[in-house]
Amino acid sequence: MRAADALAEGFPDISGMTVARQTHWRRWVGAAAILVVLAAIGRAFASGQIEWAYVGRFLTVKVILEGIVNTMVMAVLAMALGIVLGVVVAIMRLSPNPVLKSVAAGYTWLFRGTPLILQLLLWFNLALVFPTIGIPGLWSVRAVDVMTPFLSALLGLGINQGAYTSEVMRAGMLSVDAGQYEAAQAIGMGRLHALRRIILPQAMRVVIPPLGNEFIGMVKATSLASVIQYPEVLHNAENIYYANSRVIELLIVAGFWYLLVVSILTPLQMLLERRFARGALQIAR
Amino acid sequence: MTRPLVAIRSVSKNFGEFQALKQVSLDVWSGEVLCLIGASGSGKTTLLRCINQLTSVDSGGIWLDGELLGLREEGERLHRLTPQQIARQRLKTGMVFQRFNLFPHKTALENITEGPVQVQGRKREDARAEAMELLRRVGLAAKADAYPAQLSGGQQQRVAIARALAMKPMLMLFDEPTSALDPELVGEVLSVMKELARSGMTMMVVTHELGFAREVADKVVYMDHGAIVESGPAADVLGAPREARTQSFLAAVI
Repeated sequence: MRAADALAEGFPDISGMTVARQTHWRRWVGAAAILVVLAAIGRAFASGQIEWAYVGRFLTVKVILEGIVNTMVMAVLAMALGIVLGVVVAIMRLSPNPVLKSVAAGYTWLFRGTPLILQLLLWFNLALVFPTIGIPGLWSVRAVDVMTPFLSALLGLGINQGAYTSEVMRAGMLSVDAGQYEAAQAIGMGRLHALRRIILPQAMRVVIPPLGNEFIGMVKATSLASVIQYPEVLHNAENIYYANSRVIELLIVAGFWYLLVVSILTPLQMLLERRFARGALQIAR
Repeated sequence: MTRPLVAIRSVSKNFGEFQALKQVSLDVWSGEVLCLIGASGSGKTTLLRCINQLTSVDSGGIWLDGELLGLREEGERLHRLTPQQIARQRLKTGMVFQRFNLFPHKTALENITEGPVQVQGRKREDARAEAMELLRRVGLAAKADAYPAQLSGGQQQRVAIARALAMKPMLMLFDEPTSALDPELVGEVLSVMKELARSGMTMMVVTHELGFAREVADKVVYMDHGAIVESGPAADVLGAPREARTQSFLAAVI
């Protein structure tokens, strides 16, 4: 008969021994193979028909810098419009009112269901449908004067973005526990009040990673506005190579700027995420 | 006092085919502590939720402080109140949830001041001072700036009680306030509730804590399958139940 607190024999004390470092042979071989391939690609580009001197010269030329500024202005404004529309449409979609619900669903269906470039062309050519815009008898303007490349691009990109953002926002709101809404009601809040003070701030935490994704998409989607003459970076790069035929060099210049902007946005997104994680990350500290 | 604070008359509620409440009638008098007991699905939580209108009744009526809830009589017909009117009626009740439902993005203090400032339009400084007083009352003055995730379940539920009290309700509703707590944390919440009962607050408590009911309740109501089976003073219902169903429920619980 063993004593109740006695330990069995045959299990030595290994607490003082060190664990040997593992050698990852396969990782080393894999890394070497990848380096060889990358070197080959790099060499091909270096010896290819690219005048790198042109890339350097046009990288900071005024028209290109103006282009990237226009790109960013458009991306920020269109995204802001998209977020405002997205929040409103998501709230409509989750409302008990069937009219609001179907209007929201119809909006998402229409603008998500047609290509962005087609929507941009439609906005830009709106004058073909409505020669004048206004309130009959009171005030009117010629559509050609209003529908500038800037406004067409803003409406096209922003309204399209709103359709996608509304789904992101809806997912965020649905991720908040139903008990939160009940607790807000219990202290006398109405639906919209509860959404603004209690539900949306919590939804933001869930929504920021996909929204960051959407914004990065938006920065690049502004390049589509080049087809309606909006002077963003790709459009300006094209204008230069129409004159000097340095097609690849100028495309590389534009690509460099997109990459740079996106690289700056990623850490910004992490800062925002930390801001909205208030309360949630406390345990992890 | 000639009029009960809460008068429930022939209230029925169905969820699809399921009859959650069947013709329930009940009075709660001001200053009374009433405990609702019964198996899960017996309708006690639904009854509580009907009183602060998180759930609407299908038929019958509930009067709180003489005012019909959720409906208004006009001529021979009843009309539904607007969401704003319902929100105003809700302010007369404070609700404490089984799962606390504190706002995780706000500190304990901000959870308590949210209603007074945002809904009642009170001054922020006044609301903060009163919230601190309430936190002292539930023994958590030191945790004013803590977020819910930094608090234990028992502490969260005490903050939730303070949040409900901050609205100065006439009636406090507790929906299984200790069911989601680890056993060692139940006591601290119950003692806050006992203190509240002694202070004269009218309380309706859905609970499985029969010891609490025996000690604090003026009246105990046993519900089964959406109907009130037996109600009366705690000593009678818990000590010497008349109904066979009450007897078998108590035998199973103890």
